[in-house]
Amino acid sequence: MSVGVGLATGLYGFSFGALATAAGFSIWQTQVLSLLMYSGGSQFATVGVIAASGPAGILPAIISAWLLGIRNGFYALRLNSVLSVTGLVKVFASQLTIDESNAVSASQENPKDAKLGFWLTGAAVFVFWNLFTLLGALLGSVLGDPSIWGLDAAAAAAFLGLVWPRLRNLQSNLIAILAIVFTLALVPALPSGIPVIIGAPTAVGIIYALKRTPLAKYLQVKNDA
Amino acid sequence: MPSYWIAVLVGSVAVYSWKLLGYLVPKRIANNQEVVIFAGKLTIALLAALTAVQTFVAGHQLVIDSRLAAIGVAAILYWRKAPFIVAVAAAAAAAALLRHFLGWP
Repeated sequence: MSVGVGLATGLYGFSFGALATAAGFSIWQTQVLSLLMYSGGSQFATVGVIAASGPAGILPAIISAWLLGIRNGFYALRLNSVLSVTGLVKVFASQLTIDESNAVSASQENPKDAKLGFWLTGAAVFVFWNLFTLLGALLGSVLGDPSIWGLDAAAAAAFLGLVWPRLRNLQSNLIAILAIVFTLALVPALPSGIPVIIGAPTAVGIIYALKRTPLAKYLQVKNDA
Repeated sequence: MPSYWIAVLVGSVAVYSWKLLGYLVPKRIANNQEVVIFAGKLTIALLAALTAVQTFVAGHQLVIDSRLAAIGVAAILYWRKAPFIVAVAAAAAAAALLRHFLGWP
């Protein structure tokens, strides 16, 4: 299971590598993102914001990546009880704490498999993700103008693919729509990259506000997570 | 471009900080379901907003161009449960072909 997840996820790494070098990152910078940042959503955000804004996008890129990384912190909270790691092992466990390793670990029946699932999946995804990043980066670096190859559209499709499995009910759809409306409305007025980091949290704030109104009953979901 | 190293390195430390923080928080705080739900909502909002920006924004303007047709292709493929890499490649191909053969922006 872990190797299958690793291989499937690794293929995203190929698109990431190609997009990153097409956006102006060097092959080394692209590879270091996969080695050190190692969180798909945050990496795509870094590259997407820089691709759109150039050097002016550096700060918004960092903030977008950071905000998208919050969920890894919550996986870590859960995994801390599951793995019972200490000292230096925590440093490595932290790095391997991502969507996939947490998901595989959470789907195991007994504590031993939950531990094993985390380590195997985290390691398998890490290896494949980095390998395919390198292959993608080598390809992207020889392609030239990214828009001729439709790589700007590929970046949009990559974000859509990351959010798609999370759009499971009315509430998540509403969050997505509000985030899109607020963000696009702010685009003409604010520097590049900033609309996303204001628009998205605003959408979440509106949802929490709506839950205090009579409309709340329409927003109820079974597995609210 | 050396300045991009700032985005790479500071961004990596920023993302890692959440991961490590999660392992350092005392376990009695860690079992709060509300914070997990909040993180899930924020992730959806950010990814949706990034999708929209990547589709409609050129500089400081909202535009409709080949990217919208391409994301439509990707949406249909995700809906038909196509793998990520297939949908991403098809979107790139759609935009590239529209630009090359029809001269769309």
